[in-house]
Amino acid sequence: MLSVQLEKGYPQFAIRADFDADAGSISALFGRSGAGKTSIVDMIAGLTRPDAGKIEIDGDVLFDAAAGINLPPEKRRVGYVFQNSRLFPHMNVRRNLLYGAATVGGADFRQIAHLLDLQPLMNRSPVKLSGGEQQRVAIGRALLSRPRLLLMDEPLAGIDVQRRNEILPFLDRLRAEVDLTMLYVSHEIEEVIRLADNMILVSDGTIAASGAVEDIMSRLDLKPLTGRYESGAVLATTYEAYDAEFGLGHLAFDGGTLRVAGLEMDHGVPVRAHIRARDVSLALSRPADSSILNVFDGKIVEVTDEPGPQVDVLVDIGAPIIARVTRKSAHDLALKPGRPVFALIKAVAIDKRSLGGQGRTGR
Amino acid sequence: MFELSDIEREAILLSLKVAFWAVAVSLPFGVACAWLLSRKSFPGKSVLNGIVHLPLVLPPVVVGLILLLLFGTTGPIGGFLKTVFGITVIFTWKGAAVAAAIMAFPLMVRAIRLSLDTVDPGLERAARTLGAGPIRTFFTITLPLALPGLVTGIVLAFARSLGEFGATITFVSNIPGETRTLPLAIFSSLQVPDGEAVAIRLAVVSVILAFAALIASELLVRRHEHRPET
Repeated sequence: MLSVQLEKGYPQFAIRADFDADAGSISALFGRSGAGKTSIVDMIAGLTRPDAGKIEIDGDVLFDAAAGINLPPEKRRVGYVFQNSRLFPHMNVRRNLLYGAATVGGADFRQIAHLLDLQPLMNRSPVKLSGGEQQRVAIGRALLSRPRLLLMDEPLAGIDVQRRNEILPFLDRLRAEVDLTMLYVSHEIEEVIRLADNMILVSDGTIAASGAVEDIMSRLDLKPLTGRYESGAVLATTYEAYDAEFGLGHLAFDGGTLRVAGLEMDHGVPVRAHIRARDVSLALSRPADSSILNVFDGKIVEVTDEPGPQVDVLVDIGAPIIARVTRKSAHDLALKPGRPVFALIKAVAIDKRSLGGQGRTGR
Repeated sequence: MFELSDIEREAILLSLKVAFWAVAVSLPFGVACAWLLSRKSFPGKSVLNGIVHLPLVLPPVVVGLILLLLFGTTGPIGGFLKTVFGITVIFTWKGAAVAAAIMAFPLMVRAIRLSLDTVDPGLERAARTLGAGPIRTFFTITLPLALPGLVTGIVLAFARSLGEFGATITFVSNIPGETRTLPLAIFSSLQVPDGEAVAIRLAVVSVILAFAALIASELLVRRHEHRPET
């Protein structure tokens, strides 16, 4: 378990962070650029010294201002994948990978090379690799140093959007196959939902909220921080069955079965589904003759009170879900807490990008 | 024309020896100074920078005089060397090497520092997170990446040492076989009647040595850049 409490003052800015991360979990430090995410991971890695606080991993103290303990980065066993990979340009891929392994030793070189498909790159120079390949090598290099904690600072930020899809599957494999506590810095909500178990919301140098991704995403008050356009609840589901005739995947959750287009995987696999609030409609009666496949009955928990033309409605359908409707509709349908409604979700609105968390059981 | 006399050969070999030791002994200090100036901020940094660059702006004769005062057998450094190690620097080739090293030092530090400035500190930080301490980081990341500047610094310092005249003649005089390096030999041959031919021949040797050093450095740097990694 990682436990972090730190404070650091900058001329224009102050960081005050206090959070924990369970052993073996993936936590996302999420927030806008400039919120202080990188400063926080730099302090955990020992690259920047906090003014005050304490950092511990599994009871080992890495930093304790009061006790005067400040381990240098090389003694912390904290792996760090930087935004721009930072591969050593004068060494080939193999020597980059072995750089950290030589001092700690014993890590399974072949297994990690296989996991990240690095074998074909071994003798190449890092400067000739694509951005995605560079990050795969950087991840492998960090893993081979046998860290107790892996920090990833927006590893996809420097890679163009098309190429990101080449590296995301590797990150999925990483989360499924490597049992390691990870802190993943990002300002892309889809990445967080796909990869992380927990979310730590960073805003203006402080932790605004932290908890399971599903819990954070279903809080209406955090919407300004989680992102307006993409915001929406996250459902923890289990893959149930595949309807081969129509090409639909069935995902079971506490409120029923969610059907999504084109998703085929093994029975029992946990899947996290991000249902964007703008893809959810509300009705007072169960619609007949409608094209919408997913209809769940529930009760309104909360309606936001916003001056704009739209409001967000939190509905309990066995699990929390958020619907974004116009203020006019909310008025016409008299949407208020306690009112029973039907939540309608288009199956085609849930695409591959909004599904994540595959292959990891429990938290 | 290129049958060198023993005296000429002696001057050339002495020059190479003086320049070699001047560079070899000052290199660790040069790298350390360059690193301090490139990477660290500390009180007195501009003073250090000034001292390092002083030989570049002072008249060489003044540097020679300062060395004479410091390294003379009764001077603070000369006295120490004499009593503790039994080394006499003044009026010996070792003194010539000291003079050459001091005069070449700013050029060496400048070239290495500029090269260190181009090495991304982020790479050093990455090495630290991979378990390398500051020393391993320096020798495996920083220095190899600054190699072109290191080679340039060495060659510049070597060439400057070969050409050192003013501080050398002031500090260690002009003793044949001991401190009479190429430039001093050229100067001396011009002082005697019919010495011009010798002076010209030695001048040609100087040009050849300078070119050889430049070409050698070019080849070294190029080989480093194109080295296929295995």
